[in-house]
Amino acid sequence: MLLSIALITIYFRESSGGGLHQVQSAGATVLRPFEVAADRVSRPFRDAYGYFAGLVTAKSENGRLRREVDKWRQQANLNAYAASEKSDLLKKLHFVNSRSFPHGYGSVGADIISQPPSAFAQQVVIGAGSDSGIRKFDPVVTGEGLVGTVVRVAHKSSLVALLIDDATSVVAIDVGTRAQGTVKAGSSFDHVGKDQRVYPGDKLVTAGWKLGQLSSIYPPGIPIGQVTSVGQNEVDLYKHVQLQPFADFKTLSSVLVLIPKNR
Amino acid sequence: MIADIAKGAAVLFVAAIVQVTLLSQIDVFYGAPDLVLVTLVAVALLRGTIFGAAAGFGAGLVVDTATLQTLGVTSLLLTIAGYWIGRYGETTGRDRSHAPFVSVAVVTLLYSLGALILHYMLGDTVSASRVLLDALPFELIFNLILTLPVYALCRRLFRPPPSGLEEVQLLG
Repeated sequence: MLLSIALITIYFRESSGGGLHQVQSAGATVLRPFEVAADRVSRPFRDAYGYFAGLVTAKSENGRLRREVDKWRQQANLNAYAASEKSDLLKKLHFVNSRSFPHGYGSVGADIISQPPSAFAQQVVIGAGSDSGIRKFDPVVTGEGLVGTVVRVAHKSSLVALLIDDATSVVAIDVGTRAQGTVKAGSSFDHVGKDQRVYPGDKLVTAGWKLGQLSSIYPPGIPIGQVTSVGQNEVDLYKHVQLQPFADFKTLSSVLVLIPKNR
Repeated sequence: MIADIAKGAAVLFVAAIVQVTLLSQIDVFYGAPDLVLVTLVAVALLRGTIFGAAAGFGAGLVVDTATLQTLGVTSLLLTIAGYWIGRYGETTGRDRSHAPFVSVAVVTLLYSLGALILHYMLGDTVSASRVLLDALPFELIFNLILTLPVYALCRRLFRPPPSGLEEVQLLG
């Protein structure tokens, strides 16, 4: 017991490059082949389960997705036109852009190799670390949207705090109305003033703020989620906005870590 | 004794790897089976306090290392769990058929409570209602389901120590 308490105390007080962190990093590297082996052994069973589980909802999902494809196809045409118009206008204005997503960022793909108990922390361990160029606070995404942030880096693995972790906050803006607030734990859009407009169905992306030398760890424009409900009352200063993240955290198996190109 | 240590280390190592790679992904209202805890309870019941505490410390260290969590947190909780269940195992309670189930149920409850307190003390953002109301009931059910096969396996691996009462043949 004393040894455990000593470990906690030393680990908690030392820096991320301290002795115990190094030992843990080396230990995680040693354990990685076992975790990868366990993952590969179980993968066919999980895939089979996923296949049969998917069949249950396949027909209704197919119909829904077809309707969505039609909608997105129209939206893609509008977006393509808007993008060409924007690029033309930016040239005319001689507008200087800051680093934005996805331009200005490289990415490192990694599998999820393990995760701690979900009741205490919504975190996952990915199979890429400092040897792949990953550093603390690098943003993590999938094709669907923002997944979280790297909070601890070992040599060949990293700990990622998911967007739905209680400790995760992201400054976000509403794409449609430009209302700004903070996404907390991937479920609520906080600090949105009553004078700002937010509607159910609105899409939220990272704001990517910059204030002097300080800037957000997330580049602007990473999709976060969709607003599901909006409410307000006389007492509270802010609106009550709930959202559904785009990333599906239940089926997450691999992610991309964004790394600034000019780091 | 050395064979027991080797078997205990192997069983708990496999349990820890299976736990962090597979079982943690099962998420029913944040509840997931805790194979490491159930295995530790089985081992501690069969081998007593010192073995249970040492096994808990080692298993916790593997879990904390693999999941890059604060080193020592899981070790501390599992050390206490292993020691405490080991004490129960050293009494006559071990031989009762309900002993593993009662042990797993009580330890699951106290482990969640202890983990919650420890995370609070370390300044982590943890929701008590999520841990105790959402996750705990499902974790308890999962762990009780695991108890029977895991305890049966551990009983095969760790034969109960001789009771000391052996047949005596009187001479003369």
